[in-house]
Amino acid sequence: MKNEQSHETTKKFGMVINLDLCTGCGSCMVACMAENNVPFKPDETDKLKSITWMRVYRLTNGKSFPETDICYLPRPCQHCEGHGGHSPCVSVCPATATDYDSQTGIVSQIYTRCFGCRYCMAACPYHARYFNWFDPVWPDGMEKYLNPNVSPRMRGVVEKCSFCYHRYQAAKDRAYVEGQREIEEGDYQTACTQACPAGAITFGDLNNPEHAVYKLKQDANAFRLLERLGTNPKVYYISSKEWVRRAADNYLPNEKTGK
Amino acid sequence: MDSALIPNGVRRCAFGKFLLGLAIVGAVLLWGVYAMLLCWFKGLNQTNMNDNYGFALWIWADLAVIALGGGAFFSGFLKYLVGKDELKHIINYAVLIGFICYSSALLILAIDVGQPLRSWFIFWHANVHSMLTEVAFCLSCYFGVLTIEFIPLILENRQINKVSFFHHLAHNMHEIMAVFAATGAFLSFFHQGSLGGVAGVLFGRPFAYREGLFIWPWTFFLFTWSAAAYGPCFTLLITKITESITGKKLVKDNVVELLAKISGWMMGTYIVAKIIDTIYWASVTAPSKGFQISQFYANNSFYGMWILIAEILFGGVIPALILIMPSGRKNPKARLLAIVLAVIGVCINRWVMVLQTMAIPVMSFDKWALYYPSWQEVATTVLPVAYGTILIMICYRYLPIFPQEAELNPAVD
Repeated sequence: MKNEQSHETTKKFGMVINLDLCTGCGSCMVACMAENNVPFKPDETDKLKSITWMRVYRLTNGKSFPETDICYLPRPCQHCEGHGGHSPCVSVCPATATDYDSQTGIVSQIYTRCFGCRYCMAACPYHARYFNWFDPVWPDGMEKYLNPNVSPRMRGVVEKCSFCYHRYQAAKDRAYVEGQREIEEGDYQTACTQACPAGAITFGDLNNPEHAVYKLKQDANAFRLLERLGTNPKVYYISSKEWVRRAADNYLPNEKTGK
Repeated sequence: MDSALIPNGVRRCAFGKFLLGLAIVGAVLLWGVYAMLLCWFKGLNQTNMNDNYGFALWIWADLAVIALGGGAFFSGFLKYLVGKDELKHIINYAVLIGFICYSSALLILAIDVGQPLRSWFIFWHANVHSMLTEVAFCLSCYFGVLTIEFIPLILENRQINKVSFFHHLAHNMHEIMAVFAATGAFLSFFHQGSLGGVAGVLFGRPFAYREGLFIWPWTFFLFTWSAAAYGPCFTLLITKITESITGKKLVKDNVVELLAKISGWMMGTYIVAKIIDTIYWASVTAPSKGFQISQFYANNSFYGMWILIAEILFGGVIPALILIMPSGRKNPKARLLAIVLAVIGVCINRWVMVLQTMAIPVMSFDKWALYYPSWQEVATTVLPVAYGTILIMICYRYLPIFPQEAELNPAVD
């Protein structure tokens, strides 16, 4: 109970992605990779061993032309806090290499503590965690573009989206320098939010009524991925299409989405 | 050449023939070592595991050998704590097999992790909520106990035992072995269970997820139960294989039948619990997560309903019935069939809890992820088998593993 109260009184950063606006352009994926020093691989055709913190899924309603409908679903780490504050991945990590920050609601990953057992990958139903199968590769010249605020990861550890946590640190520092003020909406944005040309991604404090995400998550068409598993993600989606909302969870044939 | 080391009253093959056998198995071992070094130096990109299949053949092998090695803790429990004295004729072999299985499990884990040199972080930065932490602690401690149980056996080598200190050390260790057997049973209960918990707590994976008592999902208890039930079957199977290869009877029928009977009853009760668990999971747990049981066994080219039937019926009900019935367990062929089915059954259970769990898509727009191991994975999985075979060969030749061997095979000169 004490924990639940503390969750309510602190910041809870989250994301609302409007799927009606998303065009599937992939800008968010590219921005994420560049911002977070996601490495290249010796063989980029090996898609089963790729690293895409932000991945865009292509969903279809399964109907033939002309009733075919397509939707693109960007999937960052969902930063879950299910089961008494434990994310699926946090509770299983044997070395506490991944942790839930109750001050921000962000699930972090300590790369230098991870020893690569991959139990977190087994626990995550969203495939949001990625193992470094290969030594990172930086083609000649590309190493100059590395973001100095994000540590590159070595072979043999698991990594994932951190909601650009380094940007939160920078925003906090900026706010402190500017008179120890509170972080305001817009001070801290993720790279994918900034890069989205359609404005489909909104990021902010889900606990703060002043933030856009607070209102957006209450949209009648808002939903979360696999909500019934109890993972309690902090990424919300909005879609006006019933078939998309159904695709977000495993509804039984006669079950309604409740929207 | 090495006759001075061979136990009194038993016969062994010529030293050259023994060396030839060692060389053949040693070649397989070296193949595994080569693959292991590839994985260590080049990384896990040598495997066919991928982003969807982070757990695969090795973890299955790990869970399987630990379940099969359960014969050591359960036989020790029966002999030292329950007082089934007849089992003293097979307990040495059960301990040796357990030692091989557990050391193999640790070896496999050392290859399986992405950063082997950091493996100690599991103890240093231990997360008490993680079932894997519990596994690591109990597994390491129990391996220590098994080593202590194995030492007196080494000290009983004909030459080592001539040294007064070692002779008395072995004797005194035997005297207090009940303490280690009890410790081993306690530790084994928890780590066998924790291995079940590893899969059972995955609430993001409805196929593996189980409800349960306090912090333990049902699979915690099912895994412990199944290890106690199926482990002795593996001890009996390896004993039978050893008898076939050596061409000698090594353990009397009454000992084998007693262990088979206990195993049969344990298996019978386990499989009833497993069936109840499956029915509850299929009718309550899975639907609450939005899944029908058919979804776990459809739309893919491998994981059909046959695997559930093979595990429960052919790997559980049938061997249990054969071993429970006196006519079944007294018939060598029927008994062997039951033992083989049981070993396959528990291996299927562990396979399902690891690989099928990973294969099933949880998001409705995701796809089944099928996987086949690379040769490096196969070689490193065969590696412990070769290592175990070599250890058995050496121990059988030089240590008094089978106390009834001399009596059952009187030397004819």
